Amino acid sequence: MTAPQGTSLGAAAPGGGALLSQPRPRGRGRRRRPGQLVARAIVLVVVLGYLVLPLFAMVEFSTRGDYGTRSLGSYEAILSYPNLIDGIVTSLEIAVLTVLGMLILLVPTMVWTVVRVPRMRRVVEFLCLLPLAIPAIVIVVGIGPIYQWMGQHLGAVGASPLTLALIDIILVLPYAYRAIDASLRSIDTATLADAARSLGAGWPRTILQVIVPNIRGGILSASVLAIALVLGEYTISSLLAFNTLQVVIYLLGKRDPFVSVAVSFAALVFAFVLLFVISRFAPGAVHRGQQTIEEPAA
Amino acid sequence: MTESPVSRRTPSIGKVAGPASRGAGDRTFGRVGNSLALIPFHAYVLVFLILPTLIVSVGAFTTSNGSVTLDNVRQLFTSDVFADAFVKSIQLSVATAILGAVIGGLLAWAVVRGDPNGLLRQLVVAASGVLAQFGGVMLAFGFLATFGFNALVPNLFTKTLHLNVLPDPSWLYSLAGLAVVYTYFQIPLMLIVFVPSLDGLRQEWYDASASLGGSAWSFWRHVGGPILAPSFLGALLLLFTNAFSAYATAAALISQGAPILTLQIAAQLQSEVVIGQENVGKALALAMIVVVAVVMILYAAIQRRASRWAR
Repeated sequence: MTAPQGTSLGAAAPGGGALLSQPRPRGRGRRRRPGQLVARAIVLVVVLGYLVLPLFAMVEFSTRGDYGTRSLGSYEAILSYPNLIDGIVTSLEIAVLTVLGMLILLVPTMVWTVVRVPRMRRVVEFLCLLPLAIPAIVIVVGIGPIYQWMGQHLGAVGASPLTLALIDIILVLPYAYRAIDASLRSIDTATLADAARSLGAGWPRTILQVIVPNIRGGILSASVLAIALVLGEYTISSLLAFNTLQVVIYLLGKRDPFVSVAVSFAALVFAFVLLFVISRFAPGAVHRGQQTIEEPAA
Repeated sequence: MTESPVSRRTPSIGKVAGPASRGAGDRTFGRVGNSLALIPFHAYVLVFLILPTLIVSVGAFTTSNGSVTLDNVRQLFTSDVFADAFVKSIQLSVATAILGAVIGGLLAWAVVRGDPNGLLRQLVVAASGVLAQFGGVMLAFGFLATFGFNALVPNLFTKTLHLNVLPDPSWLYSLAGLAVVYTYFQIPLMLIVFVPSLDGLRQEWYDASASLGGSAWSFWRHVGGPILAPSFLGALLLLFTNAFSAYATAAALISQGAPILTLQIAAQLQSEVVIGQENVGKALALAMIVVVAVVMILYAAIQRRASRWAR
């Protein structure tokens, strides 16, 4: 079941492809042609080398000290820019709100479509994938008037940068949908829900205490993808003039490029660690959930 | 994809379980009530996605005081600036999509041929996720630190090797620089999209081809190639829309003018001064939607074909 997911779902959701699908297990003792080994080594060295080059350059650039020495001064200086700290805090706050909002909006809706209204499943899927077809910059153009209205009529709340979470929730929908959908498909959600309901659990309890623990792998993946997306978001915050992390990094680049390269590198490493952790652990979490459900059913 | 385990199972649940197993909550909701529970989600998407799209679409055909006009759309075809930006956006997207698909496809192949649960694969996939999706501004800085003024590569050539062979680093701030950085983030995106398709190539197919005396070339020519062709084409389209809608990298690199479409839209947003042209930005945005929508429809059609072999 992982392969069809990968090819048909993964491609539609960049970021959801290889990150969410599991490789098909291969038998041992595959025959390898020597030519293939050489070709593979050349491709890996050249292409990965090219991908690593700018990252290496960022380290080299950001650790320059005086007179050709090496120093971590640029990294220490991060703390001396209050705007930068504000930007990091703002982006983290938006990330938390986005994750919460996305989960509250998506999880009950998706569970409900599986359990009660399967004919709406296609509609929900279509709406969730729609943001892939509408570039972020187009959303900004259209949402500008809405934010203007919010700023004028909703006071301090309406003008807060935290309102960016409202748009970020839309932007993460495709990725979050893929991740949670993969988990929901790996368990028998409908039977599980009916079992919980027949034992007297209400819907909130069924979703929170029965379904959610079984799809925690998908929820974790969706949350991490959302956090990474929010921390990297530039288009919308810059054009709506909110000082998020990326906007501050950009502005700082004009004043102190060394510090802004240092922050950029730190942020990339942070996002990498997050994604590496899910790619290592999340599929296992999904898998465990699957086993506990399939056993009694069999 | 067409028939999921869950959707196949769900209708039978209703029959088997029957009314007896239904809790009080469901009786109060009823059949129509079941759909009502989806209202919050639909309302949210309506306000924050559909409404903005409508504002763009309607705005493209109206003046600032609300009367209907075709002037905004006409400007797209008569203005040299817009036509130029449109052409450059398409050229940039096509070129970087092809480069990214070929190089990223090779990398995906090299990664998939290794241990499926190995560290290399996990590292490369996670790193690709970061570089493909979340980098915009940060990658632009990465390239400034690599090829910019007083950066790693120029310093290596001039100060260490004493060779003055590199062009002036200002190329990085032009369309050529954009093409290099775009290709850079297309490669990992291709990897993420294409790895699952390569995983779908079964070992049995290699073995079958080899046992019939087929060489590596004949395997790719007659088996692997034709099976992967739709996925590759689909990925190519996806990479095209990715480059076509990218803004952050361009905004961080290009300091003079607005050579591509997304920068033109941003410029229109930030300086709506010319009377009578307030909604030209919306017409540009609508043009983007049209291009991306056409490509995505093509993509969906190809994807249906690609999924045929994926079971």
